[in-house]
Amino acid sequence: MRSQIQQAIEVQQIDWERVVRQVRQVVGRLLLYAVLVAGGILMAMPFLWMLSASLKPTNLIGVVPIVWIPPKIVWTHYIDPWAVLPFLTFYRNTIVITFANVVCILLTTSMVAFAFARIPFWGRDVHFLILLATMMLPGQVTLIPTYLLWSKLRAVNTFWPLMVPEWLSAAFDVFLFRQFYMTISPELDDSARIDGCGWFGIYSRILLPLCKPALGVLAIMNFSYNWNNFFDPLIYLNDPQRFTIALGLLYFRVRGGAGAETQDIGGLMAMTIVSMIPVLIVFFIAQRRFIQGIVITGIKG
Amino acid sequence: MDRGALRRGVVARGVARRSYLSPQARNNVAGYLFILPWLIKLLFLIAGAMLASLGVSFLETDFLTKFNFVGLRNYTKMFEDPLFWQSLKVTAFYTFGTVPLAIVFALSIALLLNQKVAALGVARTVYYLPSIVSGVAISILWTYLLNPRYGLVNQGLAMLGIEGPKWIYSTTWAVPSFILMGVWAAGGNMLLYLAGLQGIPTALYEAAKIDGANAWHCFWRITIPMLTPTIYFNLIMNIIGSWQVFTQSYIMTSGGPNNATLTMVLFLFRKGFQQFHFGYAAAIAWVVFAIVMVFTLLVIRSSEAWVYYAGELRR
Repeated sequence: MRSQIQQAIEVQQIDWERVVRQVRQVVGRLLLYAVLVAGGILMAMPFLWMLSASLKPTNLIGVVPIVWIPPKIVWTHYIDPWAVLPFLTFYRNTIVITFANVVCILLTTSMVAFAFARIPFWGRDVHFLILLATMMLPGQVTLIPTYLLWSKLRAVNTFWPLMVPEWLSAAFDVFLFRQFYMTISPELDDSARIDGCGWFGIYSRILLPLCKPALGVLAIMNFSYNWNNFFDPLIYLNDPQRFTIALGLLYFRVRGGAGAETQDIGGLMAMTIVSMIPVLIVFFIAQRRFIQGIVITGIKG
Repeated sequence: MDRGALRRGVVARGVARRSYLSPQARNNVAGYLFILPWLIKLLFLIAGAMLASLGVSFLETDFLTKFNFVGLRNYTKMFEDPLFWQSLKVTAFYTFGTVPLAIVFALSIALLLNQKVAALGVARTVYYLPSIVSGVAISILWTYLLNPRYGLVNQGLAMLGIEGPKWIYSTTWAVPSFILMGVWAAGGNMLLYLAGLQGIPTALYEAAKIDGANAWHCFWRITIPMLTPTIYFNLIMNIIGSWQVFTQSYIMTSGGPNNATLTMVLFLFRKGFQQFHFGYAAAIAWVVFAIVMVFTLLVIRSSEAWVYYAGELRR
């Protein structure tokens, strides 16, 4: 009897320490979640504001304090702009450029990176150093002669200047993809070579099928880059029939070049949301693989 | 291992073909064929274009009627141009404001999300989202968020009893507005830090705990040193990106008010593509390049002192 009580007291004493520790832990967790949730709300607020503005009558947008949920949801902002400007054409143009670029980039980048990762050709290390160095090059340095080149080729106002340079692979992509190849054991190549595989066979039949995660990362990165690209279309395209969606949005904002800013803020917000949807869909579908890919490829100096 | 792929490769090729080339020669041919797209880009669109750009910067040209050689006059003219100095000041302010804040912000979020939180996917998405949306969409959105009267930011500040500034309509607050947007969109780097954090071996923390280290020590002696390669990479990329800031000032402020947001690339764009002084624009591009180079080299040179690679002995 007595020893039981003693035991209980002892247990209780130990429990007290544990309780303090647990309380501390719980409070820490609560604080952590409070900070995360508050931060998350701050991050998401701009998007919520945009969504709200796109769904309410324009006269409610400038109201103080903010009317988050309008008394009656208005869908006209999502419908009317399509008749004002050729948004369908803007989307078609953007889709053509983005799709062609992503496909070609996957092909060329995986080939160039393969050579840097696997083929011991003369001058490889020097070429790789040069490639790394060009990553630090601001695009403006080559901008003006490149523009001159395209205008001499009479290709201004076509999609070629937005596509061909992309197809020739980009240093950052090659670097990323090469890092991924390096994680695959070279013993695979050796056994394939003994069995008579040439370099192209090793690339296309052995390594490429193993690179699906890296191809996925590259596809998403370049999809969103090309979809969102603004500077190059701004420079090379000036016929509204050839505008991409990024330019189209701006064009809509100045009311088709009429000068003054549009008063249709709701429509502008709605069309901005619509323009973001493809990137968001791709991101959500591929989120898992995308984040895995970043972890796998890593950034190791 | 993907045995199927291996076997398919073997069956398709059969026996090794005989070749008159030595193995090294074959490697060279294959190597250069494989990197051909990059070589074309390097030769024409990078090296060639850089040389041409240098040449153009010595010309006074609109690419149509006149191609006059003016030597270094574009550069000397630039250094006497108050707009150039203004753009340099604006861009430096933006860079030195955004880069450190973005790194601290992205790193803090990554540290918080690394605490084995529930609903990690949702949190990751919310913080990452702003970085995948286009610069145009973000700029249009923030134009209205920063509206001094009804914008979200000033209404939020009013709730805290603060009267918000005029943001992009004020010469003092225009660049800080861009910095605020830059930090908001810095979630993209967060993923890299998160990946870096998850790559730190737990054994290090366990060993430190046995030696009596507390959380503070662990953070400064293990977490941060192990993350320095990631920080280093992001630092360089962010510096390069920040010096090229353009979209916000083009869309939101057109460089105003009173040139308070005239960034270097906007200045270049105006001189070249709006006023057709392509020689002058090329000269500006070279100055941007030189500045980016100086800062990148500074970071690279300093990296030996503070970047730590696991498995590498300190000299």
